[in-house]
Amino acid sequence: MASRAPLQFYDEPLPGIDCSELRGKLIVIEGPDSVGRSTQIAQLRFWLEQQGHAVIDTGMARSALTQRGIQQAKEGHTLGPTTMTLFYTTDFADRLENEIIPALRAGFVVLTDRYIFSIMARAIARRQDRKWIEQVAGIALVPHAIYYLRAEIDDLVARVVVGRGSFEYWESGMDIPIGRDRYESFIKYQQRVIKALDEMAERHDFTRIDATKRPDQIFLLLQRSIKRIIGHEGQGAGVDLVSV
Amino acid sequence: MPQFLPNRYRGKLIIVEGIDGSGKSTQLALLSQWLRSQEIAVAFSEWNSSELVRGTTKLGKKKQMFTPTTFSLIHATDFADRSERYLVPMLKAGAVVCADRYAFTAFARDVARGVSRRWVRNLYRFAVRPSIAFYFRVPLNVALDRILGGRAALKYYEAGMDLGLSRDVEESFRVFQSRILDEYEAMAQEVGFHVIDATGSIEEQQQQMRKVVHKQIGESLKDDVLRAPVGREYGFQGTAPVL
Repeated sequence: MASRAPLQFYDEPLPGIDCSELRGKLIVIEGPDSVGRSTQIAQLRFWLEQQGHAVIDTGMARSALTQRGIQQAKEGHTLGPTTMTLFYTTDFADRLENEIIPALRAGFVVLTDRYIFSIMARAIARRQDRKWIEQVAGIALVPHAIYYLRAEIDDLVARVVVGRGSFEYWESGMDIPIGRDRYESFIKYQQRVIKALDEMAERHDFTRIDATKRPDQIFLLLQRSIKRIIGHEGQGAGVDLVSV
Repeated sequence: MPQFLPNRYRGKLIIVEGIDGSGKSTQLALLSQWLRSQEIAVAFSEWNSSELVRGTTKLGKKKQMFTPTTFSLIHATDFADRSERYLVPMLKAGAVVCADRYAFTAFARDVARGVSRRWVRNLYRFAVRPSIAFYFRVPLNVALDRILGGRAALKYYEAGMDLGLSRDVEESFRVFQSRILDEYEAMAQEVGFHVIDATGSIEEQQQQMRKVVHKQIGESLKDDVLRAPVGREYGFQGTAPVL
């Protein structure tokens, strides 16, 4: 996967898509499980809409085609590593072709909670072939920005302990023989995921953000950076009605 | 042969390919019957049959939600599930696995739908390399007569209606099948298919298959693979219907 300009395909063009028609902005938030991505996306969406930008947000495992199938497979604890990778890639492709690309064509700002990088990191953490998954995921469009909410393993553990209060089966990599119990397994699995994401951060030009900062500080950082990407197109749209 | 994983297991993998109506399923059923009669443990797997993915495939077909790419990916997911859950464990156990269609079906069909040749070949790189791959070569008209003569309604994706080739289902099916046939023919060399002339009599074709099996893996069938004595009750008949 070579580095390319935004809104070009990483590796393999999808049939029937003309990239020069895509006018919107594609913004990705990546990071490991429970690192605070969705909170940021909700706030960004509100802010961008206030500025007069049309926004859609999308995220992993939310496609109309695969949502139920993936959920059921996860509940049954019956996904092999290759099957899981491909099921999530199907979900991604469905959203790419039916949500993301049409929105970009219409000039929307697309905010996405995880992208191909989480699929790839999970596959690599499960010892799938890196070149294989890179090429499979090569149908993705290069985003304008990829914000990587980066956390150390201790921070993730703290978030789970005070947050959900349990180490979830899949987030602990319980499907692969990796640790003696949920906790040990969570540590080893998430360390692999973080390592894989760190490696991608270099190669795919992620903007790293320290996830241990306060959420409002992170939001300010994101805002400042996204303003630069979106430029001045939205200026004036945020005029206060009272002052007009 | 495209880049597959080598078969490091005790079992053997025999697969059949060809367009609809080429007679491959009939021949595979006869072959597995023959193998079983020699007390060989035979397992069987069919394209697009994973329980895990079934609901999703059904939904996508019913509501016509598939693009060529998601159609390709959901079939690869189906194949991955069958590989991880069934094919590989059976091969490890030493069974002779008979598969009705394999990755080559995707190489032919998905490319006929406009998916890139290179991408779909990479997609299936996790597949175990077959010990023997049979290809049932049949002229388009012969296959079409068998299918269109014997069966009523062609399904939407089966007929390639998603490609907008024609508003007429039969015409669309013809054009789509002819594209698939071209892809099969173009890959025959690359893959090293054992080509069976599917216009010959059923008996002739079966003789030819058995000869190939004997020549290619006859020794392993005698010494390596798992045995399953005939006449023992196994309580579960998880293999191909015997014709």
